[in-house]
Amino acid sequence: MITRRYLLLLGALGALLLVSCVTSLGFGPARVPVDVVGRILLNKAFGLGAVDWSMGQEHIVWLIRVPRMLLGALVGAGLALIGAVLQAVTRNPLADPHLLGVTSGATLGAVIVVLHVGEIIGLLTLPIAAFMGALLSMLVVLAVASRNGRLDSDRLLLCGVAVSFVMMAMANLLLFMGDHRAASAVMFWMLGGLGLARWELLSIPAITVVLGLALLLGMARPLNALMAGEQTAVTLGLNARNVRFKVFLIASLMTGVLVSISGSIGFVGLMVPHIARRLVGAEHRRLLPVCVLLGSVFLVWVDVAARTLIAPEDLPIGVATAAIGGLFFIGLMRKR
Amino acid sequence: MTSLTLSELGWTPPGHDHCHHQFQLREASLQVAAGEFVGLIGPNGSGKTSLLRCAYRFTRPEHGDVSLEHRNVWKQSAKWCAQRIAVVLQEFPDAFGLRVDEVVAMGRTPHKGLFDSDTLHDGQLIRHALESVGMQDFADHAFVTLSGGEKQRVILARALAQQPQLLILDEPTNHLDSRYQLELLKLVKRLDIGTLASIHDLNLAAAFCDRLYVINHGRIVASGTPHDVLTTALLREVFGVEALIDPHPLAGYPRITWITQP
Repeated sequence: MITRRYLLLLGALGALLLVSCVTSLGFGPARVPVDVVGRILLNKAFGLGAVDWSMGQEHIVWLIRVPRMLLGALVGAGLALIGAVLQAVTRNPLADPHLLGVTSGATLGAVIVVLHVGEIIGLLTLPIAAFMGALLSMLVVLAVASRNGRLDSDRLLLCGVAVSFVMMAMANLLLFMGDHRAASAVMFWMLGGLGLARWELLSIPAITVVLGLALLLGMARPLNALMAGEQTAVTLGLNARNVRFKVFLIASLMTGVLVSISGSIGFVGLMVPHIARRLVGAEHRRLLPVCVLLGSVFLVWVDVAARTLIAPEDLPIGVATAAIGGLFFIGLMRKR
Repeated sequence: MTSLTLSELGWTPPGHDHCHHQFQLREASLQVAAGEFVGLIGPNGSGKTSLLRCAYRFTRPEHGDVSLEHRNVWKQSAKWCAQRIAVVLQEFPDAFGLRVDEVVAMGRTPHKGLFDSDTLHDGQLIRHALESVGMQDFADHAFVTLSGGEKQRVILARALAQQPQLLILDEPTNHLDSRYQLELLKLVKRLDIGTLASIHDLNLAAAFCDRLYVINHGRIVASGTPHDVLTTALLREVFGVEALIDPHPLAGYPRITWITQP
């Protein structure tokens, strides 16, 4: 049921994303005119045109802002995708990527590295530790939530919340007892930020998001059926528990990877799926691509706000998404 | 030719002890032949829904076998069963506002692999299913905006899109007014595929079913044609009600008149 209107919308959103990505590069503590941005991109990507800009501009655009913009787009896409499928399998409109306990596990991992281990294996130490923490908390949640091989979605959400509290308590305790300068470094990460973006770090989230999207699109029919309830899903030939387990596993792993690089960025995974459903409905083959595009566009622009509002300081992006998201939701509810 | 056979099913709901009869099944056996409309009647809590759940491979019975086309359903996949059995439940999906045609399209799920897309054939089946329940004009409406009766018909359309050989219905007439109760049962009967339905309204059961099974405390206590099964003695014993039974003046099947005077 892919209609012309849907394809037009998808094309429009794709174009919007492209334009957003390019124009967003001009914004930041040091403004770079959009035409210069365009020429730098053409030169770097395709070797076109002559160099008529300063090395400083090139450095800012190509080495700092482009990877940051790409990471923002990937994280926004990934979080929106995860939010959409979790809301479907739990049949809970408030489900969110951070609800499964993965994020707090990642935070704990990051805190331990910053306070007690140090960057022993270089730049990747923090993301790796955070991912290990995420993985650990995912396993704990799954172990506690499953009973006689069953994975009940209400139980899973409750376990996610419980494990989150314990992990956050441990992280906060460590922070409270630890060095305060380290605490502020961790704090920035806890509030979410794209400041870690480097070209060499991008491949992992890129592969994660592309693979996740492909797998979840393949599960679109089962996801539709699960929205109708467990019994209906079984009568349509699905192993409902199996599907749910797979979705949780994919979602947790994706969240782990994204959170370990960008910290906990809230509201994208909760809000974007709802906006996308208003645009194209709940059918997952149509919904998921729209979530991905909307999530990317949204986070690219929020990051522009984050790096310009209190320049030269970086505003934690999680603060910006939460503020925008909260206001947006209130507006949406008042309009209804 | 027998299509569905349940033999000597035993099942106790988890957390219940064996003295408690509610929802239990005890040595319940039942057959549905191809093309036959079989009704399941019994008081509340007698095990109707438990029996149906075993029949559509949702609940695995502790004792006994469920077989379809002489194959044990638990040796086949859920998908294999869903390609042959469609079920109309009282469970309505309305979580996130699917459209009516999307709800019906779900019926194609068991016939599809992981990355298969909808073909023209699927589109035709979906349209045809909607037409046969008279809901073709609602295809692009949101499912949540429909009335209870319309939802029930859409769910039936989904079952039709599944192209089953056997249809199982759990209280299909519950949300419907008299006109749609009759229309839905007529429609199901016209399909001419094996049907197993639990029905509360005994007059409807008498009017439409080829055969009836009566379940009480998890046991099948009577079975046969409506004429054989529906007797004043049985209604008194199983349902605890007094009734007058005479042949329907136009069609001849048993007509039940409740005796409500003290």
